[in-house]
Amino acid sequence: MPEPILTVQQVSKFFGGLTALNKVDFQVSPGEVVALLGDNGAGKSTLIKCVSGVYRPEQGRITFDGADITHHAPSEIRDRGIETIYQDLALAENLDVGANVFLGKEKKKRAYGFINVTDDDFMRSEAAKVLERLDIHIPSLKQRLVNLSGGQRQAVAIARAIYWNAKLVIMDEPTAALGVPEQRKVLSLIRSLRDHGVPVILISHTLQDVMTVADRMVIMRRGKVSANLPRAEATEELIVRHIVGFGEVAEAS
Amino acid sequence: MAAVAVKNSGSRAGALDMITKIWAYLFLLVMVIFFSVTGTGFFSLNNFSNILVTSTLVALMAIGQTYVVITSGIDLSIGWTVGLASVMSARTMRDFVNGGMDIAPAIVLGVIIALLVSLIPGIINGVLIARVRIPPFIATLGMFGIVRGAAFLLTDGQQVVGNLSDTLRQVLRGIGNGSLAFWVPGQGVAWFERPPDLPPEVIRGVAQMLPYPVIVTAVVVIIFAFILGRTQFGRHTYAIGGNQDAAVRAGINVHRHLILIYVLSAFTAGIAGVMHLFRFTAGAPQAGEAALLQSVAAVVIGGTNLFGGEGKISGAVIGALIIGVLQTGLVILNIDPLWQFIVVGVVIIVAVLVNQAQAALERLRSNA
Repeated sequence: MPEPILTVQQVSKFFGGLTALNKVDFQVSPGEVVALLGDNGAGKSTLIKCVSGVYRPEQGRITFDGADITHHAPSEIRDRGIETIYQDLALAENLDVGANVFLGKEKKKRAYGFINVTDDDFMRSEAAKVLERLDIHIPSLKQRLVNLSGGQRQAVAIARAIYWNAKLVIMDEPTAALGVPEQRKVLSLIRSLRDHGVPVILISHTLQDVMTVADRMVIMRRGKVSANLPRAEATEELIVRHIVGFGEVAEAS
Repeated sequence: MAAVAVKNSGSRAGALDMITKIWAYLFLLVMVIFFSVTGTGFFSLNNFSNILVTSTLVALMAIGQTYVVITSGIDLSIGWTVGLASVMSARTMRDFVNGGMDIAPAIVLGVIIALLVSLIPGIINGVLIARVRIPPFIATLGMFGIVRGAAFLLTDGQQVVGNLSDTLRQVLRGIGNGSLAFWVPGQGVAWFERPPDLPPEVIRGVAQMLPYPVIVTAVVVIIFAFILGRTQFGRHTYAIGGNQDAAVRAGINVHRHLILIYVLSAFTAGIAGVMHLFRFTAGAPQAGEAALLQSVAAVVIGGTNLFGGEGKISGAVIGALIIGVLQTGLVILNIDPLWQFIVVGVVIIVAVLVNQAQAALERLRSNA
């Protein structure tokens, strides 16, 4: 096992009297896809938001790539290479692929010797290169995103994350809004991210997805990590048992 | 597979798509032809330059309004900002000249001060909308009343700021109603001034080819169309209108950007107000009152989406020209000018319908 790139140590997060995270330990190593599973309210999102800097944990320590990022702001954490792709993708659908990959960090060039304009050709060709690397084909990069399918948009969001040299990608329900062929495409994108050495944390409710793509499953329940299973040991039944809690399942069966 | 689908439905819907995109241009053309055929005197250089000059007010306001609407906002206050700038420039120029200042510096200072003052409502709008999170409609409606009151306070409640000295008025009129070039029948082009001592029958045929207000407006149009279409500022404007959350998460300073947008809107209104003074040589608080809704109409007719994210300056200019042609054409046809309100109203609704049809076409294509 290589050195973990992300280490979450004994992290706790409280909202008033509610313990959202209770001394959670969690690790991600380079080149692995870790699925984060659990029922609603189990603490998945809270954990992710602590990692991406949206929340600040009350206790514990988060280190990434050798640095303590426990109390960093979201923008600093992004700059360090953790990209979070939320369910809503955060794309400007009225703009084209290049504009979205470079949103907020537009490449500029000099026009008429004195004024900076956006270098749209450069941005499009860079976007094309990164899409190529991910083996994604979008007919025309001049298309605005409204004209692309859900899977293609997901691909653009992923392309944007890796273009800016993400060292860890967090994906929140990436297949939730997609049809079956598109879901497959996104799963293969996740694999190709891993093959490029970029680890992925995948939050999903779709066990099937998780079983096909994840190398390891971390299951949370009531703010704690209740199981940490390598894929070889994981069966759907075992996962479900951990998600709902062993006891209840045993009683029912 | 997806690629094929997009291509096929693209060619099917292509023609319709094209029409929805350029219908405003076609409509303008059809109207010009219609009025040219039916109205005597419509098809003349004189009338066309008159339409252009008339349209500058709405066009200038529509430039700023386009930026605002692209960010999915609206600026209801610019009508009175036009009046504020008009009154402010008239008062400052008058007082400077009466105080003994030369005409030229008084005019320059008056213009600068009026433009600076006209930015104030824009700054307040921007701060209210971006930082205090008051919806644009409400914030600028409040500013509508505030600026209106301020403009009338500056005239002590009068309809105009008059008492400008004769020499000052003459200079103002020379710029506001002047032209870089004139067309003189039988003689060709004359620069800067119409030639003196023309026989009366020739004078009637003299036409302004490049009226100064049109030149100023064209320069403003080109600058702001360039900023919107080519620069990072323009790109961020579209991004904010398309998905404000995405813009924030991408690190765009959305607050600052929105404030600048409302300042920009006030600025083009300020230019319109100053130009109103040059054209009519008296400051008028209500100079832009009727033009406010026309500016919104021009923006919508030009294809800018009221929900944000889409729009072009060129569209707004076409929209302003359509309104200008309608106004002039109906007068020439001797139709009660009140009809123009009805016609413009119908055109706005048609414009929105066409834009919706276009959005539906795009949805069709993306679902294909």
